[in-house]
Amino acid sequence: MPHDGHDHEHGETSELSPLELRVRTLESLLVEKGYVDPAALDALIETYESKVGPRNGARVVAKAWDEPEFKAWLLEDASAAIASLGYTGRQGEDMVALENTPTVHNMVVCTLCSCYPWPVLGLPPTWYKAAPYRARAVAMPRAVLAEFGVTLPEGKEIRVWDSTAETRYLVLPERPAGTEGWPQERLADCVTRDSMIGTGVAAIPGETP
Amino acid sequence: MNGAHDLGGGHGYGPIAPDPHEPLFHAPWERRCFAVTLAMGFTGQWNIDQARFARESMAPGRYLETTYYEHWLHGLETLLAERGLVAPDEIAAARPNGQPKPLPKILKAADVAPALARGGSARRDTAAADPQKFAVGALVVAKNLNPPGHTRVPRYVRGGRGRIEMVHGVFVFPDTNAASADERPQWLYAVRFEGRELFGPDAEPGSAVYVDLWDSYLDPA
Repeated sequence: MPHDGHDHEHGETSELSPLELRVRTLESLLVEKGYVDPAALDALIETYESKVGPRNGARVVAKAWDEPEFKAWLLEDASAAIASLGYTGRQGEDMVALENTPTVHNMVVCTLCSCYPWPVLGLPPTWYKAAPYRARAVAMPRAVLAEFGVTLPEGKEIRVWDSTAETRYLVLPERPAGTEGWPQERLADCVTRDSMIGTGVAAIPGETP
Repeated sequence: MNGAHDLGGGHGYGPIAPDPHEPLFHAPWERRCFAVTLAMGFTGQWNIDQARFARESMAPGRYLETTYYEHWLHGLETLLAERGLVAPDEIAAARPNGQPKPLPKILKAADVAPALARGGSARRDTAAADPQKFAVGALVVAKNLNPPGHTRVPRYVRGGRGRIEMVHGVFVFPDTNAASADERPQWLYAVRFEGRELFGPDAEPGSAVYVDLWDSYLDPA
């Protein structure tokens, strides 16, 4: 990551983009009025840049693959099962887990904005928030999956979940063959962010699913 | 509202182009925009549905031509102006004008981790809602509603016939929560619509869409 513009003492503003200037101005005003604490802003950024991300979700999936009782709990009460691993809170208060099987593939979208389960996946990627995915996922899921390099068997049902409420969906991908007996940390390496959105599938690292 | 944000089923937006190496934020301003938006959200001067409405109220042409965090910035500036917290002329002059309106709640650095971990569920006690209208398996129709205010029933589903697949419980109703911070909690369901029902013969075979919909959005089929 390049060094960035946290430096408010910086006097040179001539080379900043209009958006950079606009946001800096707004932030300075909010700080000056006492509405935001600059240290809180840094803590918010730090949380999502380095603490919360898809590794959390991968641990949930690996545990579900490894422990049938946990998997049953996850499918029955995802909020509680996920909270038991310490992943709770903002944009993941009410979770639902969706199990992919040999006959059903689940895929998640938010056509109206960008709803996404932050505690388990972190902040969404740009494509998830942008028009092409939001427009096409509901009507053309197979064509969308092809853009991610995923081809599902003919006849497999595709269920697209549009996150129009505060329910947040986590896809439980199918466990890759050849991982029997693996410890959970190793299983988690097979779980990509996209496999938990449903735009990818889980695979042994370095192998094509 | 039938704004540009309601994208489901649209054509012509180009390739999805996922970038496996993309950074979390693409420019320093995105990072700061994200943080000030969250921090101001914690002041409690507006709720999440009001924040969504402020973003989707962007003029459609502008909405489609701008990036995600520009939507956030537009939303934040709109809310700050509406509530008399930061006026457009203060932004233009880059200087506060007069005494700031005091806010009872400010997010401090030490509160960040607990506040994020706590979140704020929109789930409410079932006693707060009218009786549940539908059970799993019930056949329903998404009403053809076109309110000018905030709503969470996407256009592509209106008039569609579906089936109740999950009963999520009772949740804050976005339309009234956005309009007047009136939660009016209602039962919420995941409703399954067959692809063909929504998109006709152009639907992909073997596809279905599940949409979370509240009692007010649904009629019995």
